[in-house]
Amino acid sequence: MTEQEGWSRKDLLGIAELEPREIEIILDTAESFREVSARPIKKVPTLRGKTVVNLFFEPSTRTRSSFEIAQKRLSADGLNFSASSSALTKGESLVDTALNLQAMQPDLIVIRHAYPGAPQMLARRLEAGVINAGDGAHEHPTQALLDAFTIRQRKGKLAGLKVAIIGDIEHSRVVRSNIHLLTKMGAEVTVAGPRTMMPLAVEKLGAKVAYTLEDAIADTDVIMMLRIQLERQSKLLFPSTREYFRLFGLTNARLAAAKEDAIIMHPGPMNRGVEIASEVADGERSVILEQVSNGVAVRMAVLYLLSGAHREAA
Amino acid sequence: MKLLLQGGRVVDPSQEVDGNLDLLIEDGAVAEIGEAIEGGDAEVRDVSGLVVTPGWIDMHIHLREPGQEYKETVATGTLAAAAGGFTGVACMANTEPVNDNRSVTEHILKEAGRHDWARVYPIGAVSKGQRGEELAEIAEMVAAGVVAVSDDGHPVRHPALMRRVLEYAQHFDIPVIQHAQDMELTAGGVMHEGEWSTRLGLPGWPGSAEDIVVARDILLAEDSGGRYHVAHLSTARSLGLVRQAKERGLRVTCEVTPHHLLLTDALVAETGFSPDVKMNPPLRSESDREALIAGIADGTVDAIASDHAPHHPDEKDVEFSLAPFGIVGLETNLALCHDRLVRSGIISLSRLVELFSTGPARLLGVPGGTLAVGSVADITLFDPEAETTVNAAGFRSKSRNTPFEGWTLRGKPVGTLLAGRAVELPA
Repeated sequence: MTEQEGWSRKDLLGIAELEPREIEIILDTAESFREVSARPIKKVPTLRGKTVVNLFFEPSTRTRSSFEIAQKRLSADGLNFSASSSALTKGESLVDTALNLQAMQPDLIVIRHAYPGAPQMLARRLEAGVINAGDGAHEHPTQALLDAFTIRQRKGKLAGLKVAIIGDIEHSRVVRSNIHLLTKMGAEVTVAGPRTMMPLAVEKLGAKVAYTLEDAIADTDVIMMLRIQLERQSKLLFPSTREYFRLFGLTNARLAAAKEDAIIMHPGPMNRGVEIASEVADGERSVILEQVSNGVAVRMAVLYLLSGAHREAA
Repeated sequence: MKLLLQGGRVVDPSQEVDGNLDLLIEDGAVAEIGEAIEGGDAEVRDVSGLVVTPGWIDMHIHLREPGQEYKETVATGTLAAAAGGFTGVACMANTEPVNDNRSVTEHILKEAGRHDWARVYPIGAVSKGQRGEELAEIAEMVAAGVVAVSDDGHPVRHPALMRRVLEYAQHFDIPVIQHAQDMELTAGGVMHEGEWSTRLGLPGWPGSAEDIVVARDILLAEDSGGRYHVAHLSTARSLGLVRQAKERGLRVTCEVTPHHLLLTDALVAETGFSPDVKMNPPLRSESDREALIAGIADGTVDAIASDHAPHHPDEKDVEFSLAPFGIVGLETNLALCHDRLVRSGIISLSRLVELFSTGPARLLGVPGGTLAVGSVADITLFDPEAETTVNAAGFRSKSRNTPFEGWTLRGKPVGTLLAGRAVELPA
């Protein structure tokens, strides 16, 4: 696995700080792990004896399951810490929780947190590697990596592709990580959504901005729909889900504006009938479930690289 | 009782004095400024190489007493002030209980008098409990020593209350100080809204939340004829509003902080979400910062104040979004502003003294701010060449929350005099 040489980071906190070469290393490593999940015995001994703590301060089904399965398939020992079953509800500070975990000598900590920067805070204090599994609206690096992996698998490349991301741009960590990753790899990203959910100066991140679904998807190779969080409605960001669907919901009829071979993605969980019609979500162009499968391979790659196992093997 | 300060560079913008001069103090007041003064039986202190100015006053700080003595006390706050070269501080009313009545004002002044490290000028609340409903007993508090009124971090929200306090405060010729923040526009916000909040995914705090309140209050100041002062002004547009108000002859003034003059919102990213760069108002954009710099140079800004806001390390050492707003400033103000504003050529030393002494003294209507013969001999002495490195562990303040840790600066406080008495700091 010579392509992994050159990976030297202790943590994966975000895509913003990665070099294109590092992104390629992760994607290529994921490629080699993909076949493990296709075996009858879905397990390799690669991370045997390594301890990984899954520290989830926010509810998460998909990301957490994906990380857990990735750990099991690599033979790592995984331990789950969640807000409901730990000292977190007893008012312990993040730093204290982290130091207590550190005292148990884990090799890696996977953290999901409601507030941006929480993984950075842990990474500064801990010897263990830290993997950001989503921090507020800041970054969700493994999601962007699995998205890129899926696009590359379907399109054979990233450079030169046009990608539209549609939905609540302001509150999405998936968007930020995807803009960073795709633009670093030479793709062109257009974001679209209601003006009430469009953050200031998003073009400074390297994305183009559109304000209609049609403008966003015209001529694109990839259409990524984001989950609309329904509680935003009470914060005056949109009047009703019906109205949201009218403006930005993706239907087969509206998909006619896109290229014929455009693929449809969604990081999940979906609100059918709000941001995406079932006919699209379940349609031929949808790669939504492939994203989920690829998530396991990408997370295996990240765990493997950050555990230092590739250096020990060399 | 006479003291002769010999050979220093005396800088007093109130008299347009800037030169190597002697200064004679007699019975706590300035007796003479001139070349080669014969002091007679005066005690002589050689201050050559030092700058001698009217005492510096930080017109916006938080002493946290009563109620939050684990962050700061009147004693530690005034000690930090003296160590930082300040002879006076004006402390905000957001104590527990709130300084909205004379007994709290008297308590603060009594505590200050126990050590006499610096003069304390309490700022009273505008409204009872800083709740923004009924006027506090301002006349009572003024009788006890309050020099201005403000609800500070609980900004006066209702225009009717702002109008009434602008009217009422004129009975005492004191300014109404507003922390200009529309609480609805900033709900949930933790940093300036702009490119960096977008990059970091942190809820934004738009500049317009400040501008809207400043604009409204200026209109009310115009109608009422009251004195209106904008605390820690942080945006280009608010500065423009104050500039226009002044051109129209209104009694509108403003202060800015050293951190808004020297730092920007990009620092939240550069420091990896350090809670020590989280304050209210938040660090703004580079264009806002440049506008404030222009404002101190062109005279629009009346004072620099630190908004010294001590917080315990346990409170600050949390996720950025959960950390309290605020940083300490009393012990970094002088070196920062001398090095980064004067030595870098943005303003003259005389203008800096105006912003930190003459301006605040005039605004608050307190003694000092001048070395005119007969005025109180509150004096700040500092060494303009001495190099210092900011080291929070050595602060006299109880708190350590500074974004300037490790900065190397030229300009070091050497001592202060209160009515001619050299303030002696405990070891």
